This record gives sequence, C-alpha cells and structure tokens, in this order.
Amino acid sequence: MSTISERFSILQSHLEKNCKSKISKISGYVGFIMRKLLFSVLSVGPIPAHVAIIMDGNRRFAKRHSLLQDSIDPASGHRLGFRSLISTIQYSFEMGVKCVTVYAFSIDNFKRSPQEVQLLMDLMREKIEEMSAEDGVFQALHVKINFWGNLELLTEPTRLSAKRAMDTTVHNKGPELSVCVAYTSTNEITHAIEASVSELKGKDQVQVSDLERNLYSAGCVEPDIIIRTSGETRLSNFLLWQSDFTHLQNPKPLWPEFSLRHLVWAVLEYQRVYAYLKNKKEGIEKNK
Amino acid sequence: MIEASVIASPILGVVFCLLHVIVSLVHAWSHLVHQIQCLIISSGLLSKYQNINLNRLRHLAVVIDSEDAKNKSKVHQLLCWLSDIGVKYVILYDIEGVMKKSDKAYEKSSANPSETKCMDFAPNMPLIFDMFGMTVEIISYTDGKEAVAKGANYLCSNYLKNQDDTLNKLGPKFTEPDISSALKAVGHDGPEPDLLLVYGPARCHLGFPAWRLRYTEIVHMGPLTSMKLSAVVKVLYDFSKKHQNYGK
Repeated sequence: MSTISERFSILQSHLEKNCKSKISKISGYVGFIMRKLLFSVLSVGPIPAHVAIIMDGNRRFAKRHSLLQDSIDPASGHRLGFRSLISTIQYSFEMGVKCVTVYAFSIDNFKRSPQEVQLLMDLMREKIEEMSAEDGVFQALHVKINFWGNLELLTEPTRLSAKRAMDTTVHNKGPELSVCVAYTSTNEITHAIEASVSELKGKDQVQVSDLERNLYSAGCVEPDIIIRTSGETRLSNFLLWQSDFTHLQNPKPLWPEFSLRHLVWAVLEYQRVYAYLKNKKEGIEKNK
Repeated sequence: MIEASVIASPILGVVFCLLHVIVSLVHAWSHLVHQIQCLIISSGLLSKYQNINLNRLRHLAVVIDSEDAKNKSKVHQLLCWLSDIGVKYVILYDIEGVMKKSDKAYEKSSANPSETKCMDFAPNMPLIFDMFGMTVEIISYTDGKEAVAKGANYLCSNYLKNQDDTLNKLGPKFTEPDISSALKAVGHDGPEPDLLLVYGPARCHLGFPAWRLRYTEIVHMGPLTSMKLSAVVKVLYDFSKKHQNYGK
C-alpha cells in the first residue's frame, strides 16, 4: 500500500495537472500544504485505519436552502452531498486512513417514491463512472473500490457500472473505498448465513468465523469510527456486526456541510477513547 | 533531514496537545451545560419533563461498561428509576456478563423479593426476570454473534432435513424472518430496543446483539458512577419527540 508521502506526491501532481488558473493552482497548493501540516500533527496520536460514514441530511440541506424550489435538478442535495463525499474521502486518504466505507443506498431506501429511486440510481451510476475514471484522482491514488450489498436489487445500468468500477480497480494496492448500496446489515448477515450453510460438509457446525468470512466486508478491518451526520443517533442497519468496538459519532452538521474541520474533530474524538476501545477489544479477543 | 525531524517532532507534539486541550475544554463546557439542564429538570420547573409520553418506548436497552457493572447498587438504583418512570421492558447488557452473574443480588436487594422472579443463570443464554413490575432481560457478548451462529446451525439442520433434489441444486435460501425464527428457536429472540443508553467512557455498543440494533437510537450517558435521574428523564423526553423515516 502506498505511504502517506507517496499519496501526497500523487495528489500534488494531480492538482498541478488539473488546476486551470494560476490563482486556483496556488490556493490549491497552499491548502494542500496546510493539510499536510495538520495531518502531521494529528499523526502524533492514533489515526483510524477505517472510517465509515452514514451520509445523512442531503434532502434536509436542499430543503433548508430552498434548492428544490429554485433548481430544475431534484437531486441537487445529493449532488452537493457527493462533493462532500469526494473531499472527505480525499482528506481521509491524505491523513493515512486505509479504508473508507460509505452508506450510499439502503435496501430500506427502495421504499421512497419510484421517481426518487430512479433519480438516485442514475446519480449513482454517473458518480461511480466519475470516481473510477482513468484520469480521476481515485485512480491516481490507486484506490480499490468495493461495492457491498445485494447488487441484484440495483437497476442494470447501475449494477454494470458498479461491476466495471470493481473490475477496473481490483488490482489497485492503495486505500480502499467501500460503497454500501442496496445494503442492510441484516441482509448481509442473512447472506453470510446462506453462504456458510452452503459450504458445510458432513456434520460440521457453522462457527462465528465462518459467518465473518462470508460477510461482504470480509478482509477489511472493522471500522474504528462510524460517523452519522445530521445529529441522528441510530445506525439504521449499517455495519451492526462489524461495529462492536467502533466509536459512534453523530455530529450535528448535515452531510453537505461536513468538511475538513468536522473530519479532524472526529479523529480527535476518536483519539480520546482509543485506549479504552483497544483495551475492550483485546479483552474479548483474549477470551476467544 | 534528521535535524529537521528532531526539531519538528516536539513542535508537533506541543500542537497535538494543544488541540486536545481545546477538545477537553469543549467537552467541559458541554458537561457544564448538561449539568445545568439536569438541575433545571430535577427542580421540577419545566412541566414538560413531569409527564413523559412513553408510548413509543416499548423496550429500553442499557449497555454498561463491565467495570461499572460491578457496582451492583448503582445498577439496582438505575432499574428502580426506570421502573418509577414507567419503563416496562429493560435489556441490560455488559460485554463480560458481570450482570448475569449478579442477578441474585438484584433479587435480594429489591424491597419485596417476592416481586422478583429469577431464572437460573446460564452464561450463554439471556436471563429474564420481573422486577418492580418491569421485565428485565440480562445479556452479554455471547448472546450476540454466537447466538447467530447457533441460529445458523438450526437453519442448517432444518435445511438438510428438508432437502430434495431441486433444493439441493439451488442451495439454501433464507429470509430475515427465517433468521428471526431461528433465533427464537435457539432461545435468543429478545425484542429490538427502541432506545439504548450507553454508560461508559465511550459511545460504543460493545457487541450488543447486532440483529437487534437496526433502528435503535443510541445515546451516550457517561460513566455509571455519575448517573443522574434527570439525565435519564431528559433522554426519554428527547426520544419521545423523535421521528424516524425508516429509509423513506
């Protein structure tokens, strides 16, 4: 996996290539250096290996800013949310986070109106193709993109885009971005039970390790932090199995308002409880 | 380069400590505001906290750090408060099963022991008893993932019994209601709590059974040693005003 310095160099050259005007190039570069300094300070303490995010608040943001009335694009809140997503992922990887998981679309979200579901499917397809583009920053950082969920429930164009993104990035050795679509934790556990039962031979019994091996998240470290924006306090069927020792955070800003300072704050909060959670985790692993 | 890093490391360390001092100050301020709110609530000045509508709160869970859970009198005090407020079903969870081993202490310390009916202690099974007219269920880490594995084995044995040629080719197909039924069959069919209070240093559910946490509101209460009735009342009031979309 690339080191943090290597990732910064890649981002630096990507910035130089893509910034059009001199002023935006300079301001981009200054921001880049400031972030490098800030993340060097944060790295004195533990940096989470895996950050998971429930991106809540796109529709409320659009309503609050009357975007739905003024714009012809009913997905305006989600588009702004996507911008927050890209910057949060970029900053996380700059900081040294190895995995970022985002809850993009729950199985429960299929209960929304067919028009909104279709809108979200089209938006997802568009953004998946943007993220996995050859000249995009994710390819530059060698990001491996995973899609966790019951992908058969997606519309065919979206499912094919997701598959193409996974195939294109499967050999990448950089940080991992896992996007949960058509996902719920209980569906994931059900799928893991099916797979574990189908593997059984003779009179073997299903063990917890078999179930964990058959989860969509198998091979990925458990999340250190789950951030749910907009101040909501529930997990809404997200990573319930994987979050035994995860620090759960619920900052008040809506997802499109989530920025670098909120991410930095999240890491500082995690560093305060790191020793306690590590101790609890090691206690359970010792007893296994 | 080596000299630069020798100079930079202490500076980074100082700035790091400063950042954490700022975080601590913010926490101290939030704690102060919270204490003032609790004081106002316990004074009875605000009538809205006197009669909380608990219709939406059918099941309440409490996750307690195992070290805190050893303080049996505090746990008992909390149960008394919850019963007085009108909570009907409480799920107590601690990761190491300290409270499961202590259940007899709750029976002995209740005002009227005959009101408390206890079942025999079994480390890998939930413990359920009545206390002050409230159902109390005590669970631990072994009631989570291991219970799901037990449920999977139950489903597997039924699947193998019912196999015919057609099913064999398709492989097992289970639904979420199948999993719920299997958990019930193996004795781990407790209800999903509407609200979960976490007593400990961090907001973390510490392995509470995943199958039961789908839409549970999770609130961090701080250490059990500094628990306050007014803090519990505030959380229950805030919960009564909550609205969930369930994905819509």
